[in-house]
Formats: sequence, structure tokens, C-alpha cells
Amino acid sequence: MQTKNIMIVGVGGQGSLLASKLLGRLLVDEGYDVKVSEVHGMSQRGGSVVTYVRFGDRVYSPIIDEGEADFIVSFEKLEAARYIKELKKGGTVIVNTQQIDPMPVIIGNAEYPAGVLDEMKALGVNVDDIDALSLASQAGSAKACNIVLMGRLARYFDIPREKWEVAIEKCVKPAFVEINKKAFGLGYNN
Amino acid sequence: MKELMIGNAALARGLYEAGCSVISSYPGTPSTEITEEFAKFGDVYCEWAPNEKVAAETAFGASLRGKRSACCMKHVGLNVAADPLFTMSYTGVNGGMVICVADDPGMHSSQNEQDSRHYAIAAKVPMLEPADSQEALDFAKLAYELSETYDTPVFIKMCTRVAHSQSIVEKGERVEVIKEYVKNPKKYIMAPANAIARHPFVEERTAKLTELAETSSVNRIEKGDGSRDFGIITSSTSYQYVKEVFGDSVSVLKLGMVNPLPVKLIKDFAAEVGKVFVIEELDPIIETHCKNIGVDVTGKEKFSILGEFSQKTIADAFGLEAKETASLDTAIPVRPPMMCAGCPHRGMYYVLAKNKITVLGDIGCYTLGSMPPLNALDMTLCMGASVSGLHGYNKAGGSETENKTVCVIGDSTFMHSGVTGLINIAYNGSNSTVIILDNSITGMTGHQQNPTTGYNIKGDPAGKVDLESLCRSVGINSVRVVDPYDLEQCENVVKEELAKNEPSVIISRRPCVLLKYVKPKKPLHVNTEKCRGCKRCMKFGCPAISFRDGHAVVDNTLCIGCGVCAGLCPFDAFESEGE
Repeated sequence: MQTKNIMIVGVGGQGSLLASKLLGRLLVDEGYDVKVSEVHGMSQRGGSVVTYVRFGDRVYSPIIDEGEADFIVSFEKLEAARYIKELKKGGTVIVNTQQIDPMPVIIGNAEYPAGVLDEMKALGVNVDDIDALSLASQAGSAKACNIVLMGRLARYFDIPREKWEVAIEKCVKPAFVEINKKAFGLGYNN
Repeated sequence: MKELMIGNAALARGLYEAGCSVISSYPGTPSTEITEEFAKFGDVYCEWAPNEKVAAETAFGASLRGKRSACCMKHVGLNVAADPLFTMSYTGVNGGMVICVADDPGMHSSQNEQDSRHYAIAAKVPMLEPADSQEALDFAKLAYELSETYDTPVFIKMCTRVAHSQSIVEKGERVEVIKEYVKNPKKYIMAPANAIARHPFVEERTAKLTELAETSSVNRIEKGDGSRDFGIITSSTSYQYVKEVFGDSVSVLKLGMVNPLPVKLIKDFAAEVGKVFVIEELDPIIETHCKNIGVDVTGKEKFSILGEFSQKTIADAFGLEAKETASLDTAIPVRPPMMCAGCPHRGMYYVLAKNKITVLGDIGCYTLGSMPPLNALDMTLCMGASVSGLHGYNKAGGSETENKTVCVIGDSTFMHSGVTGLINIAYNGSNSTVIILDNSITGMTGHQQNPTTGYNIKGDPAGKVDLESLCRSVGINSVRVVDPYDLEQCENVVKEELAKNEPSVIISRRPCVLLKYVKPKKPLHVNTEKCRGCKRCMKFGCPAISFRDGHAVVDNTLCIGCGVCAGLCPFDAFESEGE
């Protein structure tokens, strides 16, 4: 099988770590060779963050480069646009419609480009937008945005939903399993 | 059992399985998790030291006593540990000793992109370089074997992409190795007579290690299928990019041991493949070696000396067709990292910026005070340099600078190497004002304890340095403590201390808001009837405050209710819940 590439992008602190942990766990359990790569440190302080998840028969590089991502899962609108160059032709962008202003916008040095999703759609990119923040709140925690988005991503895979749920059980503290399963379901079904 | 692990965790596992019993380190991205993961094992000793020199010497002491030991650091930390390093090469070890050093090509979280391999060459210490997590685990075991067989400390060199990438690892069992301590002054007392006698040993050891490099299984040739008329010599993460681009079509000499480098193996490889490319991140170490032994290779003329590589770097260099991509016309604003909402550093920076004070900075989260809108910093060099730099700046500037210049340094960085600069200020008498930004944790690297926090790496109560007493005891008579959420107090104290004709220390003390014991208050909101859109709050640079439709707006998912903005607003527009 040819290596598949998933990029998870967002703003430092949004919980991409749990999303990549979940994917890693699931894909190893499915028997794939897996590599997951992210950068720690400076980038966590509210900056743009990116995690690469790659799986297949044999994965070499830990990173995803221009034109290689089958999926970009974005926790924020602007971040989806920032990494659009990495998307493979025919790839899919799953994007939380939340808007988080970066500092240049906050201090008035730049405009938040409000129409980026429409612009992406106009280019023919498959954009699957979802209000993950509302769905996460509905599940019981605004922090569960990451798992709502994983639920949405799961729709594009042949892996049965139960296996994703097993991976959730393995990756989150017992007290949060129910909220996260609910968040997963809301992402999967809505 | 197969498990997905970051390189650093796999390396920690390897050190553990190899019987390492003592680790002493100073945190630094991308090396921190090696020590953090090792600390999770129950039956070993693990600590955060005040700096890398102390850590390396502690590991050396443990080795002397007969236990397998290690110290871990980032590339610039090795500069600090360089003094013991060069002489440990002469003494060699008793129990095996490993130095884990993590480079940061691309400077994701560093002030330079120095190449640690130079240290291995200069100190004549062997260096292993894993290319993924499994190799990190396996090389740790090999490192201890080499260390004890060849009587030398051994480097394991990580880089950001190996340290922080997860790949599949097969775990093994721990094997304990303990050596007897026998007094041996000729080996361990490096006074000139003994050191003169040890130097030839070091040279002979390098010769023997070079022989080993010719045949070691970590230096392997992967034969290509013959469809390419060239070969590639590579190591570390570059190996993965080469394989990603070429698969099995090209012959590769994959080097796991990057010091000393083999001679015959490289010559034989070159003779077989003809044209040779050397693909290595940062400096041309392998390339230079090849050229020195008379092997004609192409390296840095094709592959940059700057930054990180990727599969695209390599595909582009060989003129392979670029992959199709989409691109947008709209400009995407950058999203740089910044100090968190409620960060205690921000209040002090606001006061310093407002009063147009020159600020010599240091290494930590607070380096982010250099970003707009605060633009509060004038200099950042290396750990501790703010304090010693301020002394020199004021000695040169005299009365022109003394009353309008300060330095800022975090609690952990002050312990690391700021205190020696403060001693110099007191001893050689410069009229300098040092601000210690005490957030009671090592912040940027992800919350490690340090000698000022009162807790050790396991979170258990430990010795605690009293900063006020320490500063007074080195000869600073004026030591003040302020709360950085109280802007008026900060401003008054900064002005008073700058006006004094003596050295002084201001401790700006409030714990990092990300610490678990710091409970956030309810978010504030903006009363739009009171807000007149003056944008004074925007100069504070809080990520929770933005400006929409003529008014300030608070993001209630980010705001922690610190309330500093409320004190800034001339119209009392920021209100707490219930107002």
C-alpha cells in the first residue's frame, strides 16, 4: 500500500497532540508502519503548529512535504489555508470553522482573510467544514474539538468505528472517555 | 510489544535497558524528553541539574563510581559542558558514560544551528547518530558497550526530527552493569604529568575506533537495484529523506557512527558506485572527511548548509519533478508564538516598554517579549548573557546607560548561569539593575523543576534556593520583590531602582499561568458602552484581546481573568462576570 499522509494543523494549545496520539495508536493497532512527527518548544506558545501522521507498508520520512497530504485536518480556518500547498491534488481539507486571530491581526497589522475557505473551494479543493467547537461543547467540553475532528476524519477511512473508539479508550483518561466518544460521534454523524 | 515512541523516549528506554543508573541533565528543546522519560523508571536515579556542565560532571562522577550514567542536553548546552567533555576524553570512564546531545537544524527552538559533530571530532569522542526511534534505542546499548570497551564517553547525537518523531519500537529487558571502583590516580587525576601520559591513549583509541567504523553494523551499505548511476553517503534523518525519494533504486552508505568516520568503507563504496553524493544536514563533516581521504564527492554545493532538509530538498536537488500543489492568492498573516494570556512576564515588559528602557534579554519564554506589540528587548545571546552583558554595557556606557537599562532573566536561567554574572556586578561594582522574572518553573521547555522551585524532577519536595538571600549574599544590598500583575508597583520599583547609585535586583514574582496549581479566574468581558476604541489595551499584546467593530473583544476560551487589562483601560471597560 502506498503511504498515506495526514496533516494536523492548528494553533498551539488546541490539542493536536491527543489527535495524533489517537491516530498513531489506531494505525499501529491496524498493523501499519507509522510515523508521527511534531515540533515541541517555541511553537507551542500560541503559534502555528503542525503534526505529520504517515502510515503504510514502510514509511521512511517523518514529514509531509508540498503536494503530499491526503488529508489536512485543521483546528482553525486560517491554519487550513496556511498549509494548503502541502495538500495532494484531490486531497481533502477537514476544517473547524473557528476563527482565532493571530497577533498581527490583533494589533491591526494584518487582516484576517475571512473568505479563505470559499477561495479554497473555488480552487476545487475538497473542503469539509464543520463547527467542531459547538459540537464539542454539545459533547460536554470545548476542549474535545480535536476528537470531533477525528470523528469527521474517520468517515473517510475503512476502519470500523468501534476500533476508533477502542483507540480513544486507550488514549484518554477514563474520566474523559465518555465525553470524547460523544464528541467523536458528533463529528462522525454531523 | 511494538509501540510508537518519539526518538527521545526510545533513547531513554535504550539507556534504561542498557543498565544506565544515573542521569543528570539540564532541559533544552529538542532534548528534554530523554530525561523526563527516564525519570519515569522507578529503579534509577534521575535529576535536573542547574546547568549542563554540572550535569556532565555528575554523570562523570557516577561513572567513576562504577555505574552506567548519562547526561542529556541540547546542542548549545554542549558548549556549557565542553570543559569537562574535553578532559573526560582523556580520563575515560569506569562505568559506561553516554552524552546525549540534540541538534536543532532549522532552529525551531534555538538561537543558532551549530553542528555538535564538531565537538565529537575536537574532543576525540565517538559519536553515534540514530535515524529513527528503534535506532535510538539500539544505539544506546551499543554506546555503553563502546564506552566500556574503548574507555571513553560516547555521544549519541539526536536532531529535532529524530528526537520528536514517533516511529515503531520493540522494547527489551533491562540488564544491570556495575563496575568496581579502584583508585587510579594516573587515569583520573588530570594533572600535566598524567594528562601527558593519557594523550597518546586518546590517539590510539581513535585509531582503534576508526577500524571498528570500517566493519560496524551501524555503518551499512544498502545496495541499489542498479537503476541509478550514483551512490549516496548519508546519516540521521537525511537517510529517511533519501529513501523516501529513491527507495531501493540507489546505493546508500548509511552511517550510524559519525565519529570517527571509516576510510576503507567509504573508498570501497565510492569505487563501486562511481559518482558519490554526500547528504548531511548543517556542516560538511562527512563531505570534508571524504575529500580528506581522496574520495571525490558532491555535497554542500548541491545541498544547503542552512536549515533542515526534507524529501523535497533532495528531489529538487536532483531535478525531479515537483508535486502538484494548490496555492491561494490571499496573503496569510503569520502566526508567531507569543506569551500566553495571563503570562506574568507581560506586565513587567509593558512597564519597561512604556518607559522606553533598554532591556538585555535572555533565553526562555520571556524571549517572546521581543515580539510586537511590546518590542521590549534589545539583545538575546545565550543562557546568562543578559546579566553579564548588562555589566559590560553599563561599564561602557556609565551614567549614560545605568539609569535606563536593565536585564531580564528567568528563574531557571538565573540558576543556570545568571548568578555568576550577578557576582561580577557586585564584585566589580557596576550600577546595574537586574530583573529576575521568577515564574517558579522552567517554562519554555515545558515545565521542568529547577533549584528555585522547591521540587525535584519527580515532583517530590527538594532543596530550594532563596533568591532574595542569594542575591544579598553575593553583595547586592537592594533586592526588591514585585508582583507583575501590579503595573503601578512594577513601574514605581523599576524607576526607584534605576535611580539608585548601586547595583540592585528586582524579583518579578508570579507563577506561570500554565502551572496546574494556578487556578484561572473567570474570563473578563468588554462593556461596549464604556469601550471607546482607544486601543490602549492592544499595546499590551494579550492574545485574548482583539479588536472588532470599533471595540475590544475578549476571547473567553483564552482569558484566564488576570485582570491586568482592566487596570490599563482608562474607561473601566473590562468587567468581570456579574458586573
